[in-house]
Amino acid sequence: MTVLAARAVSMQFPGTLALDCVDLEVSPGKVHGLVGENGAGKSTLMRILAGVETPTGGRVEGDAASGGVAMIYQELNLLPNLSVADNIFLGRERTRRGLIDRRAEERETAAAMARLEQRIHPGALVGDLPLGQQQIVEIAKAIARDARVLIMDEPTSALSAAEIAALFRLIRDLKRRGVAIVYVSHRLEELLAIGDSITVLRDGRVVAEAEVARATVPWIVEKMTGHAASERETREPGISELSSLPPKLEARIGEVAVSARSGEIVGFYGLMGAGRTELFETLIGLRGAKHERITLAGRAVERLDIPGRIRSGLALVPEDRKASGIVPTLSVRENMTLAAPKREHRRAPGLAEEMQIRCAGLDCPVASLSGGNQQKVLLSRFLMASPKVLLLDDPTRGVDVGAREEIHHTIRTLAGRGMAVLFASSELEEVLALATRIVVMARGRVTAEFSRAEATEEALVAACGGTA
Amino acid sequence: MTATLFRLRALVALVALLVTFSCLSPAFLSAANLTILLKHVAINAIMAIGMTFVILSGGIDLSVGSIAGLAGMIAGGLIDHGLVLRPFGVVVYFQVWLVIAIALMGGALVGAINGLLVARLSVAPFIATLGTMYAARGAALLLSNGATFPNLAGRADLGNTGFPLLGEGTVPIWLMVAFGVAAALVAARTRFGRHVYAVGGNERAAQLSGVRVKRVKLLVYVISGICSGAVGLIVASQLVAAHPATGQSFELNAIAAVVLGGTSLMGGRGGIGGTIAGALVIGALADGLVLLGVSEFWQIVIKGIVIIVAVVLDQLQRRIQWQPSVK
Repeated sequence: MTVLAARAVSMQFPGTLALDCVDLEVSPGKVHGLVGENGAGKSTLMRILAGVETPTGGRVEGDAASGGVAMIYQELNLLPNLSVADNIFLGRERTRRGLIDRRAEERETAAAMARLEQRIHPGALVGDLPLGQQQIVEIAKAIARDARVLIMDEPTSALSAAEIAALFRLIRDLKRRGVAIVYVSHRLEELLAIGDSITVLRDGRVVAEAEVARATVPWIVEKMTGHAASERETREPGISELSSLPPKLEARIGEVAVSARSGEIVGFYGLMGAGRTELFETLIGLRGAKHERITLAGRAVERLDIPGRIRSGLALVPEDRKASGIVPTLSVRENMTLAAPKREHRRAPGLAEEMQIRCAGLDCPVASLSGGNQQKVLLSRFLMASPKVLLLDDPTRGVDVGAREEIHHTIRTLAGRGMAVLFASSELEEVLALATRIVVMARGRVTAEFSRAEATEEALVAACGGTA
Repeated sequence: MTATLFRLRALVALVALLVTFSCLSPAFLSAANLTILLKHVAINAIMAIGMTFVILSGGIDLSVGSIAGLAGMIAGGLIDHGLVLRPFGVVVYFQVWLVIAIALMGGALVGAINGLLVARLSVAPFIATLGTMYAARGAALLLSNGATFPNLAGRADLGNTGFPLLGEGTVPIWLMVAFGVAAALVAARTRFGRHVYAVGGNERAAQLSGVRVKRVKLLVYVISGICSGAVGLIVASQLVAAHPATGQSFELNAIAAVVLGGTSLMGGRGGIGGTIAGALVIGALADGLVLLGVSEFWQIVIKGIVIIVAVVLDQLQRRIQWQPSVK
């Protein structure tokens, strides 16, 4: 039995075939995992299933048209200026005699929150909630619509371990009620934990389908990338070798103390809103702090402005590449050389090659590149300045598995050349794979610090204030 | 507590002004002076009420002053000269309530043009309403070739007397109260009102939640057009004459009242109550400074400073709300 099915669905965009004869059946009471690298066509398929887009070929059978399909988008689609209840009922407000029945809305919101085991006040302003709770509101919004099919795009990207556990309990509850769920995530372990079946997309085609019971992470990665998963590189310099060097960066900001030596890759792990971004922005000078002391290669820089700190050898690659990094209207070359002096511009082609930026040419618009390649362009812009200390805020967010490996490789190479790298990530796997030292942050403080050898997933999660 | 006072800063400023001026000038709190003050405020407040909807939705309406002028001229023309239907060789004189309805419809029409330009053709609100600001002002001038319609009292034999009633005594004040109450209810308690906040807060999110974004945008400009039309009628009624230059630079006063009232120019935050308080602050300031004999030029300087302070406070409020977690 199926509630929603894509039959030979194709989607032709100008220049690219995003989907090529895709079949997908969604059955009630089942969780369907959908995976694929960026650009594989997942988002397009989801939008077609949700009825937001019409395919150029094939058809969708089922509830899409009747509003029985709800979609939880990865980027939050919430209104920070309205209350939780307002958000959940937006577009289908409860009214009495033409006026909004705020009490009924708040009552039903409270009930939805109870089902999610969350204590979020229905009257609270969404903008005042931490990101994790905003994600919960997004989920509650979809659930409150009593949809028969729920499409979730990376629903856990901003959730703590405890919140993920609650979400999974809710998903199981929804399954029992016969709701069909399409679950998209880069976190493959999660898919294996909650999914019933798994569909792998590559280049707009379904390349593999399996029951979750028979799937493994390496198998999925192989199907996604088209080649066997590469061995994790872990270059571990001897601890003694590192600690004998003077730190490249030493900083104390309020109660947070940070240091990094040449060749070190320090991973800052924490949930969204843990203060990692704020820490990096304070280091580069974007934010002021009451008590800060920052020493870069032995020189105090806390009195310098941003250009001064950059000249001293500090660079920050921001988290949100769309909002504060890439200039989409400019070419790849212009984006790479934006911050560099004219005489350095000739280094662009070599650097592009080194960074393995895949594009039709350096003069093509940067917007035509995939997310992973855009991130590489951004990274090369900062490398043009030959920094001594590199701050990377979530360097692989929204980047597919293949590009992620390449970015990791680049980071290791840079550290190998003597750069001190600090990066922030909310993904355990990434922190464990890349960092030589791990700092855990929660609520604006450092809660724990591990060397690569002593770090375990459990310890990191526990230090975040989630469940141990 | 501090946060609440901060949020209601327009009200706090108003109370402070009232106390200061009543101490400095005994005439300030007299019934006669307060009536004059409120009548001035009413004109700006009604216009600012419409403007609030537009700004809450994330837009801006520069055409309000011109719409006021145009609506006054439509009413003036219809009362003084009637509607000339050349092919039939007749001149139709409407009753005053119909004249008012037609003039308001004229305001709504210009508003609808603004709305269509913004919602359907995706013209930036600043540009779209800048264009209609000129066009509507030109239309007002064309209606009389730049002249004033001098006598709006109407003629008993034509059955169109009564227009001056609209601006008489405390009528404008009660109109302001009526507009204010209705608008506050619409903004805070109706589906449409919530959708206005939603569009101003995050247009994409609103769209994906099923809000008809284009219709909301169209309607806010129509509301603004009607409010501005009403202002034009009140002014014409008070003067018992319609002048095509009526309403020039009113848009800036209206925007100032909205901003002073704590409505964010980015959209999505604020409300009608604040706007009324903002209009009262501007009105009380002007009135009080006149009573104190402050030079007219200084008054303009002070008004500018007050607006800047209001926006700076708005920024401060946002910074307080978004405290970084790393101190």
